[in-house]
Amino acid sequence: MTADDITAVFLTARLAAATTLILLALGTPLAWWLARTRWSGKVMVEAVVALPLVLPPTVLGYYLLVLLGPGGFVGGFLEKMGGHHLAFTFEGLLIASVLYSLPFAVQPLQDAFASLGELPLEVAATLRAGPWRRFFTVALPMARRGFVSAAAMTFAHTLGEFGVILMVGGNIPGVTRVLSIAIYDHAEALDHASAQMLSGGLLLFSFTLLVSLYLVNRRFERARL
Amino acid sequence: MSIEARFRLERPGFALDVELTWPDHGVAVLFGPSGCGKTTFLRCLAGLDRARGGYLRVRDDVWQDDPRGIFVPTHRRAVGFVFQDPGLFPHLDVAGNLAFAMRLVPAAERKVEHGEAVELLGLSRLMNRSTANLSGGEKQRVAIARTLLSSPRLLLLDEPLAALDSASKTEILPYLERLHDQLSIPVVYVTHGAAEAARMADTLVLMEAGRVQACGPLGELRAALEEILGGQEDAQAVILTRVAAQDEEFDLMRLDFPGGSFHVPGRDLPMGHEVRVLLHARDVSLALSRPEGSSITNILAARVTALAPRNPAETLVRLDCSGTTLWSLVTRRSAARLSLEPGREVFAQVKAVSVL
Repeated sequence: MTADDITAVFLTARLAAATTLILLALGTPLAWWLARTRWSGKVMVEAVVALPLVLPPTVLGYYLLVLLGPGGFVGGFLEKMGGHHLAFTFEGLLIASVLYSLPFAVQPLQDAFASLGELPLEVAATLRAGPWRRFFTVALPMARRGFVSAAAMTFAHTLGEFGVILMVGGNIPGVTRVLSIAIYDHAEALDHASAQMLSGGLLLFSFTLLVSLYLVNRRFERARL
Repeated sequence: MSIEARFRLERPGFALDVELTWPDHGVAVLFGPSGCGKTTFLRCLAGLDRARGGYLRVRDDVWQDDPRGIFVPTHRRAVGFVFQDPGLFPHLDVAGNLAFAMRLVPAAERKVEHGEAVELLGLSRLMNRSTANLSGGEKQRVAIARTLLSSPRLLLLDEPLAALDSASKTEILPYLERLHDQLSIPVVYVTHGAAEAARMADTLVLMEAGRVQACGPLGELRAALEEILGGQEDAQAVILTRVAAQDEEFDLMRLDFPGGSFHVPGRDLPMGHEVRVLLHARDVSLALSRPEGSSITNILAARVTALAPRNPAETLVRLDCSGTTLWSLVTRRSAARLSLEPGREVFAQVKAVSVL
């Protein structure tokens, strides 16, 4: 494995880990709100959250590139403030990954929160637990299965990103050249040995992650009986 | 001191319109058919549902007075609520569920000690069990103990036995009665079971179609409840008695009521103690003269007041026993042979008495 490839492995892991942490932090309140609100407009929000599932990654990537680039709303603003635009940067990739993996974090959490029902929260309220305590000591632990799913799916999905990254990040070693891009490069250069090693590694890792996820879920399932 | 509530609530196909004041001690039973608004009323008391424009005062505390902008949220009401479903927290074991409730009570407000609740509900052997493999009755006992440990100032029970099989019901009821005897927390108990109501109530609130039909001490509303008890499939009478004598030689107690007395096994209750006894219509047979040489010792003089055929073979006989109503289920053939009719004097032989 070349030094470039090793850098790509670490970069990918860093991106996936950061994306997962950010999405758990942002996705939890969003999922909680979606699971509890009776506001009829929530379907619009749910549709927006689900968009990355159906949109071609290049479409999302294109809009982000326009938005984050030097002439874009966000990028232009940053340049004006004396900063740097976000196209072809790690931060830009992170923003893209967060948006791209949003449904993978929000949907398992929303399902987990919705399946709690009213009863445990009402019970907690009658036991003098205020709203924050109800959330942290009842809803969160009861929804732990949703958190495991959300974290694993977000991490695995971010590892497999390609189109969005190519559009927003390009292919800068150590900055935006993640594993999927490296594999594409190797294949294009007919370096099948390298492509195969990285592909095989990614396949094995993703498979192991998903098997672990389903094993953990089964244990939760049993504990519930 | 008293509890005062005014709730008016409209829902599709249902309206609650309740204005009620009742004593702040003992058990108030909200009794009525399913869908009459008992549970909604209870949820309004807890603040889980909000009747806009409502009013609720528990002793000196106003928990809701919408015109004055007062609505105390559930978690600040110190209200205990036992739901039909025990609702134990699955991520905590039995001890953890109890600790959850204990932790949130300021030391100064603590009224029920951990050991007391564990003992009262017989939980000592369950403490380290996971909640998942408890029986229905055990779960509900844990839920009741958990509620007590939150030291509520008003205890609300929403058909706590409804989801249980009859074995678990029999298991829980004695615990609820001990609660009734030992704790000074005012209780509101919702049920649609007449026998349960008769068993638990100090104050009886009869509800129908979202309104209160009658409210008063159990003794005063006995006639109304007697009608309901007689009308159900398993007709039964509940009689308020007092321990009047103790027979040491045969280990019996004599329980007196205005219409006579019963002898029941055991001498574990003090003289003068109020005891409720339950007579199933099937356990009451009739004779025209006082039976002699029978093993049945509980015999009451009574007068037939009404007959109602129950099915082609059986007739339900309503009896007046010096002001107390009893029911007897006899075959139609027996009713004809004894020529039973309203006004006829008979002797009721009571084969079995359940002490509640």
